[in-house]
Amino acid sequence: MKNSKPKEPEDAVDFYELRLYVAGQTPKSLAAFANLKKICEEHLKGRYRIEVIDLLENPTLAKGDQIFAIPTLVRKLPEPVRKIIGDLSNTERVLVGLDLCTISQAEGGKA
Amino acid sequence: MPSKKTAADSFPLQKCPTGIQGLDEITMGGIPRGRPTLVTGAAGSGKTLIALEFLVKGATLYNEPGVFMAFEETSEELTTNVSSLGFDLDGLAKQKKLAIDYVYIERSEIEETGEYDLEGLFVRLGHAIDSVKAKRVVLDTLEVLFSCLPSEGILRAELRRLFRWLKKKGVTAIVTGERGVNTITRYGLEEYVADCVILLDHRVNEQVSTRRLRVVKYRGSYHGTNEYPFLIDKDGISILPITSFGLTSDAPSGRVSTGIPSLDAMFEGKGYNKGSSVLVSGTAGTGKSTMAAQFAESVCKRGKRALYFAFEESPKQIIRNMGYAGIDLKPYLDSKHLVIRSERPTLFGLEMHLLQMTKLVDQFKPHIVVMDPITNLISVGFQTDVKSMLMRFVDFLKAKQITSLFTSLASPGNLEQTDVGVSSLMDTWIVLKDIEGQGERNRGLSIVKSRGMAHSNQFREFKLTANGLMLEDVYLGVSGALTGAAKAAQIAEEEAAARARTEEIERLGRHIERKRQVLESQMIVLRSEFEVEEEEIRKRMADLEAREQAAAEQENRMAQARKVDEETGR
Repeated sequence: MKNSKPKEPEDAVDFYELRLYVAGQTPKSLAAFANLKKICEEHLKGRYRIEVIDLLENPTLAKGDQIFAIPTLVRKLPEPVRKIIGDLSNTERVLVGLDLCTISQAEGGKA
Repeated sequence: MPSKKTAADSFPLQKCPTGIQGLDEITMGGIPRGRPTLVTGAAGSGKTLIALEFLVKGATLYNEPGVFMAFEETSEELTTNVSSLGFDLDGLAKQKKLAIDYVYIERSEIEETGEYDLEGLFVRLGHAIDSVKAKRVVLDTLEVLFSCLPSEGILRAELRRLFRWLKKKGVTAIVTGERGVNTITRYGLEEYVADCVILLDHRVNEQVSTRRLRVVKYRGSYHGTNEYPFLIDKDGISILPITSFGLTSDAPSGRVSTGIPSLDAMFEGKGYNKGSSVLVSGTAGTGKSTMAAQFAESVCKRGKRALYFAFEESPKQIIRNMGYAGIDLKPYLDSKHLVIRSERPTLFGLEMHLLQMTKLVDQFKPHIVVMDPITNLISVGFQTDVKSMLMRFVDFLKAKQITSLFTSLASPGNLEQTDVGVSSLMDTWIVLKDIEGQGERNRGLSIVKSRGMAHSNQFREFKLTANGLMLEDVYLGVSGALTGAAKAAQIAEEEAAARARTEEIERLGRHIERKRQVLESQMIVLRSEFEVEEEEIRKRMADLEAREQAAAEQENRMAQARKVDEETGR
């Protein structure tokens, strides 16, 4: 869970800095990480970085990003900060949450 | 912890004192230890404050650190809001006695996708608890979660887990919740917190609002079930469980002078019973306040402390007005034997008055308390509320063995019925009344009742003089007690009659004397007449005897001459 994908930003505006908060290796957390990676590879290839924070190891970090649900994905960059809670199994909602597309685009793309 | 378990077994329910004035009395020791308690109420009913005071008191009084998890206010806001109540949250946080964690949830910033749980909250709470070794936890208010998280199913499952987790942690928790329409909480939090539910209420009657608290449920414990008014003031929350005192106060022996010697005389010459409550009722201008002030003065004069609550006049007015009646209160005010607290009743609600009064009594520790007049309180609350407030105040004073005097303005129609209906609460009831007639208005006083004391049954007239209130002597006329000019006339009449009687007696005495003198002079005359007569008679008697003797001698001489035979003697 400690691995992250550092890629040099091509464009600071388009670079996605993501944080995934988990608490231990629960099935939900593992699923969330897998889903996130898949989505990022598909839509943000080369312009993202995922940092996984295990609150069981660093409980103090929960306060900073106002984490209450697990798993929570926080989009630190680009601003504004967005949060997506859940195991990220619904790709469309994740894309909407990350501002990668609107709901209609997501639904249209699916159709 | 096996030792704790056995302790818990022998005592089914351990209680955690909240330290909030009054709440521990109502709950007979506090809220259930190691369990969550739900505090619910409408917006602005004081939920957050109660919860926060629970933590602050826990940290300061019981050495039980606490965690405050806020969902509505940031810790800065909280700190500022309660600093006016004397709670120093920053200081407590620095001493590691309090941890505040603000959980910010903004619906618009959150996207929900797939399964999740609230482990993050658990982690934060667990971390906060560990960081200060907390024994107390407050969650204020969890319902924010309901409005911010769409999946109610997940939320409910997580809340159930949260409360189980809190119990396992062994912390005593207060969870606040918003009151719903016809339900205890809007989202049914009571479903999870089944041990103790406290309901707060904030009602406005006649433009005056009163906060109330009620323990709706307390599993496994006996508790006060009434609605108890409570206050939020500069010292935090105070609940007034005075009704829970019950009638267990001691009956102290001893008497307190009324301050009016002639009135003392009506109470066996000793005055009121110590620790009793006295009601002085009467129509306007009958001297109720004067009587109250005189009582206060006499108490101060003996070096005791008196507390005077005035609802009509300012302290300066009282001192000036009573000065005219020869009652000088100023020196006692200066020497701190007397405290006069003047307040318009409409300034606060009844409960605020009651609380302030009880607080002042606790601070000043007076020997007597005067409240003048209680009828003005009706402008603040309903009659039943005023009565219940006075009842609690009287009970409170009795428990402290403080003699209390209340004045009450009665309507002229029904003097023997107080507007507040409190006469049954009082031990002694003195009625002052106006007696109008013959072009004047006089004042009269009678003792309607006095528990446990012999007292005069006489109706007495009194005057407000430059030396205070003075009872006049009783004058009974044909149609009852006489007052004023009628009394003066009666006195004159009676004096005339008395004078006439004494004159008659003297006259009769003189008559006898004269008779005796006549008799005696007659006796002298008779005696002298008698003496004259006696003399004459005696003279004649002597004359006759002399003649007799002369005759005998003559005969003797003749016989000798005739030589008569000796034997015959002739």
